[in-house]
Amino acid sequence: MTEKFWNKEIETAPRDQIEKLQVQGLKKVIQWALDTPFYGKKLKKSEINSPDDFNCIADLTKLPFTTKDDLRNNFPRGLLAVDMSEVVRIHSSSGTTGIPTVIYFTQDDVNRWSDIVARSIIATGARKGDIFQNMMTYGLFTGGLGLHYGAEKVGMTVIPVSSGNTKRQVQIMKDFQSTVVHATPSYLMHLHSVIEQSGPGLAGLALRKTFVGAEPHSENTRLKIEEMFGIDAYNSYGLSELNGPGVAFECEFKDSMHVWEDAYIVEIIDPATGQQLPAGEEGEVVLTNLIRQATPLIRYRTRDLAYLTNEPCRCGRTHQRLSRITGRTDDMLIINGVNVFPSQIEEIIMQIPEVGTNWQICLDKDGALDKLTVNVEIYSKMFSGDASQIEKLRSRIKEELRASIVINPIVRLHEPGFLPVSEGKAKRVIDNRPKI
Amino acid sequence: MAKQLNVFVENRPGRLESVAKSLRNSDINVRAFAIQDRGDFGLMKLIVDKPKQAQLALAEQGFACAMKDTLAVSVPDQPGNLHKLMAALAENQINIIDAYGFVLDPSKQGVCCVEIENLPQTNAAQAVEDAGFTILEDEQLYNL
Repeated sequence: MTEKFWNKEIETAPRDQIEKLQVQGLKKVIQWALDTPFYGKKLKKSEINSPDDFNCIADLTKLPFTTKDDLRNNFPRGLLAVDMSEVVRIHSSSGTTGIPTVIYFTQDDVNRWSDIVARSIIATGARKGDIFQNMMTYGLFTGGLGLHYGAEKVGMTVIPVSSGNTKRQVQIMKDFQSTVVHATPSYLMHLHSVIEQSGPGLAGLALRKTFVGAEPHSENTRLKIEEMFGIDAYNSYGLSELNGPGVAFECEFKDSMHVWEDAYIVEIIDPATGQQLPAGEEGEVVLTNLIRQATPLIRYRTRDLAYLTNEPCRCGRTHQRLSRITGRTDDMLIINGVNVFPSQIEEIIMQIPEVGTNWQICLDKDGALDKLTVNVEIYSKMFSGDASQIEKLRSRIKEELRASIVINPIVRLHEPGFLPVSEGKAKRVIDNRPKI
Repeated sequence: MAKQLNVFVENRPGRLESVAKSLRNSDINVRAFAIQDRGDFGLMKLIVDKPKQAQLALAEQGFACAMKDTLAVSVPDQPGNLHKLMAALAENQINIIDAYGFVLDPSKQGVCCVEIENLPQTNAAQAVEDAGFTILEDEQLYNL
């Protein structure tokens, strides 16, 4: 008999019970938040001076939103609620204009997060006894470590391969008979094409499930992955500001992702007015983290667009479900699972004296993977007349982009005047990728 | 030392035409040219009668264009002379970035234009002259 729930009582709790948990959680979060320089000021401005000012879930709308800019402007310690000596983990993501965002975790925070990830894993039907090959990047990015800790908590056998080196991934899948993998949808498609090319195909593999995330994709993409590998694929949602993976996860019925509402309060708002929208209406996802003391986050505007459904799920869980992410309210790009803002690329390019002020990036598909091409112009005044200068310039741009956005771009150098001029609304991003 | 214009050109149709057009419109006479191909771009190397004006004309059209020193060597048009020139440079450990040659007067005179790595730090001119070659000066080259 295999367990269907990680924490049945909470996962199937009646709505009023969930709301009670949320109010309790929020009181705690407000207490934590008041200890930070940022929220200390911000909450008082909204006349919230103590957790007692907050008594029912409807009071949530009294609280101000938090944005990515708030995180950047208060880098590095403006949202830190505990003494640094209590922090056991730091995760960070690169910022839109060079300033990163940082999230701190206490030991309890890591434990609570891992518990929620464990719950997510069990909901998909994966369990102790599964061999889990984690193909998501380890490091400051939360995708790798988040699932790693949750999977260990479940008792799975974890293989922390991290991303890339596809031939080795395939070998490890065979050697250790991996049953569950975690990757981006585009990487899985790439993985499949490599398996196809390398002889015996899927024979000798023991794969039965995959968790996919970090990249919006369609139902058709899921079906394609499931068909290609003959496995079940479960969508997941998370973002580093809200711990990382495990904010929402699909259950065995694969019909939208359960948001673990005792850990994260989810709202959908109209991005223009900030008003809450009812279930079924698409808007911006706003999340409050109830399980992290070191970096409290209240009503965080994710800039992801989606909608909620609160109809009962066949699995028996009562937590609302979030649709696939349908888009963004800003210009963030997701390139092979990595979040990139065009402004980050601009920032890097503009620091290089040998290039002009015009630039353009193009996104295409190279097989299943995304290909980023960065187009820049040579700055006439800095041109020495040597081909070696141009080659060095190209490598430098490549290297700096690789270091800061963790993507290997193709760099094309153009004659001055080739690209649209920088004034006005020049089109800087050309995304030729088919919508998946 | 003779001057050569190095122009950055993308590898796509019409770019060389555009360079040539700028030069024509400014009444520049091209004495010699070559293309250094580097895949998706190339450098067009030009020896012209009025290098300064040519550079201005190209810059005005937006071209990235630099004026470089080149060693223009007069080479008698007979078997073995290219080797003799190359040997003189090789013996002195002088590295060539790019070079091109043309015959000026069949079986009498040819010219070899050689771009030397770190030219000012080398004894390239001396080595070439010691081997018995004549280096063409600006005017000699432009008025071939």
